[in-house]
Amino acid sequence: MSFTSTTKFVQPLPLNTTSARSNDHKPFLDPFKPTSFFGSTNKLRFTSLAKSHQANLHRRSAVVAVSEVVKEKKPKSSTNLLITKDEGLVLYEDMILGRAFEDMCAQMYYRGKMFGFVHLYNGQEAVSTGFIKLLKKEDSVVSTYRDHVHALSKGVPARAVMSELFGKTTGCCRGQGGSMHMFSKEHNVLGGFAFIGEGIPVATGAAFTSKYRREVLQEADCDHVTVAFFGDGTCNNGQFFECLNMAALWKLPIVFVVENNLWAIGMSHLRATSDPEIWKKGPAFGMPGVHVDGMDVLKVRDVAKEAIGRARRGEGPTLVECETYRFRGHSLADPDELRDPAEKARYAARDPVTALKKYMIENNLSSEAELKAIEKKIDEVVEEAVEFADESPHPGRSQLLENVFADPKGFGIGPDGRYRCEDPKFTEGTAHV
Amino acid sequence: MTVRDALNSALDEEMSADPKVFLMGEEVGEYQGAYKISKGLLEKYGPERVLDTPITEAGFTGIGVGAAYYGLRPIVEFMTFNFSMQAIDHIINSAAKSNYMSAGQISVPIVFRGPNGAAAGVGAQHSQCYAAWYATCPGLKVLCPYSSEDARGLLKAAIRDPDPVVFLENELLYGESFPVSAESLDSSFCLPIGKAKIEREGKDVTITAFSKMVGYALKAAEILAKEGISAEVINLRSIRPLDRSTINASVRKTNRLITVEEGFPQHGVGAEICTSVIEESFGYLDAPVERIAGADVPMPYAANLERMAVPQVEDIVRAAKRACYRSVPLAAAA
Ligand SMILES: Cc1ncc(C[n+]2csc(CCOP(=O)(O)OP(=O)(O)O)c2C)c(N)n1
Ligand SMILES: [Mg+2]
Repeated sequence: MSFTSTTKFVQPLPLNTTSARSNDHKPFLDPFKPTSFFGSTNKLRFTSLAKSHQANLHRRSAVVAVSEVVKEKKPKSSTNLLITKDEGLVLYEDMILGRAFEDMCAQMYYRGKMFGFVHLYNGQEAVSTGFIKLLKKEDSVVSTYRDHVHALSKGVPARAVMSELFGKTTGCCRGQGGSMHMFSKEHNVLGGFAFIGEGIPVATGAAFTSKYRREVLQEADCDHVTVAFFGDGTCNNGQFFECLNMAALWKLPIVFVVENNLWAIGMSHLRATSDPEIWKKGPAFGMPGVHVDGMDVLKVRDVAKEAIGRARRGEGPTLVECETYRFRGHSLADPDELRDPAEKARYAARDPVTALKKYMIENNLSSEAELKAIEKKIDEVVEEAVEFADESPHPGRSQLLENVFADPKGFGIGPDGRYRCEDPKFTEGTAHV
Repeated sequence: MTVRDALNSALDEEMSADPKVFLMGEEVGEYQGAYKISKGLLEKYGPERVLDTPITEAGFTGIGVGAAYYGLRPIVEFMTFNFSMQAIDHIINSAAKSNYMSAGQISVPIVFRGPNGAAAGVGAQHSQCYAAWYATCPGLKVLCPYSSEDARGLLKAAIRDPDPVVFLENELLYGESFPVSAESLDSSFCLPIGKAKIEREGKDVTITAFSKMVGYALKAAEILAKEGISAEVINLRSIRPLDRSTINASVRKTNRLITVEEGFPQHGVGAEICTSVIEESFGYLDAPVERIAGADVPMPYAANLERMAVPQVEDIVRAAKRACYRSVPLAAAA
């Protein structure tokens, strides 16, 4: 793990779009106030660059793996740490929670405790943690079917997520949503969306609301940001492009986070996309585009900080492409036969959890024992979540007809002239439906 | 033969018979289909005729329709029919209406196929039936196979048909095996579009069903037979056109009708069948018609709620007994 952010930001205006290395030592036109970053000498820069910088561009052919876009950089000094000890421990705990929770899900799925399609997040933890741990409670997160860990990072208790997966009443959606549909209004988790691309406009709508509240409803302090997470395969869907356009057009406070794990299900990103550098689509629509090593939580956090800050300041959206990898099949039903074992091994060696651990220990931010204690604590949290879910009641019959409408008069008027929902038999679920 | 193999062999035979036929969709090539329906086809026909598309239903469905306008015979696979919602504009507007709008100049020989209906444990967005949605649209043909023979005969008919066909399979049936006749294994085998099949003859009550619900109706008929009720089970096979004459002839014989579907009750396939029977055979009915449908709610995730939300064999049995005035417990009636 390096000390500096290895990112590319591109600011499309006013000059020709071009790409910047964030840590070259040339003077920039930095349009934003400098922000301190835990001692880092480098900041992300949304900068307009002169032509000479084009030499820095890594031009690649379509067959080059995305992982080669960003070259590792040498740390500049061993004293400039990217995080404080406390921050590091928070990140570590969140990543361990994501990992342990998902491992437990696999076990529970095989034991028949959860069903349907279960998509696990192993390998991608640095993205969820790197972004969501920088958010305020009022900020919103919109996810996909691979949503357990986004919910956890945003603060939804593990027991509520586990119980949802078990289909129990104590789940965060009372067992009605399931694995692909985590919602928590309290935590501003606006949903797991199971259809490709669907979450992106919804997230853009949440960002629209923040702006509307501030500018139309005059809620001056409404600086809420929305972060939308989605995959590489999803970036070929029209809704992505439609929303990049509107978000930039209306300068909405949103960050589009692409979790590029190089694969859709069995479809390699390189076979699906004419230009596999997704970050480039930002500048094409008038917003910064960034590529970051998504296996490195500190780099992700570095980029996230700038992008979220930009959104919060009302300066508009950012597109961030996080290069990451899923350590398991697409879902627990996927035989995962098409990915090259060498590729898997390459990314396994870049395990984001191990990398953070190494960074913390090497930089004396924490001892091995301290981290072990966190792991132990999280194991207990996850065990407890399973026990809680197991012991929780199944939904009652009446729940079948609840929540179809906010106002159940939507079920209409019965033969006696009264609203059907007022008939006790109807709400008990014993009426013929 | 499993339904999966039946579909696979139908695709294979039609692709081999006509070089204008090609298959496109997500993961149909190298992954061999999310449900392995296209297994072996990439190897046999190559990536020019078995195309892995990006995840962009609106785009590739429109491309399929455009190819059909200009003389090809595309088969568009939806990983599940739920995702066809992102492409519905092209199915309804570009495919179904073009022959009419162009006064017959542009026909659209395309098949939209994939699994439809309730799956297991996948929640509200991944579990619903589109039969009624598509069957409401003029210009489309909507087919729902149940058995392996249906799957082969109807898919081959759909591919050869000059009009857009929505072909609704069922994931939970893919692995099921059905006996097949030698005739249905012949590469020339085809079933007529618009013709229902009487799966089981009976005289007391008519049960109409399609797709997976045919199996449930047959199970219900078995149970009813033990209790002295002889049920006639009609496998609709085709939702549009609907075989009104087979349905009405059966009801005129049994004088009772139960319709079964997994979809939502309101404005459903059952509603259309009941109307047809009331219009054409009202005087023959000895009991109110009964509609069995999915619950009028989005599909819940929890297994116990999910079970309540989809029709069960018991529901069909109960309705049939009601129709035959046998809803009182048998002990009390005796
Ligand atoms: C509209 C739509 N089409 C197809 C699918 C089926 N599907 C589910 S996940 C997936 C692959 C998504 O890949 P990517 O966007 O890279 O996300 P990842 O799963 O890698 O996180 C597909 C095709 C879907 N959910 N929605
Ligand atoms: Mg992916």
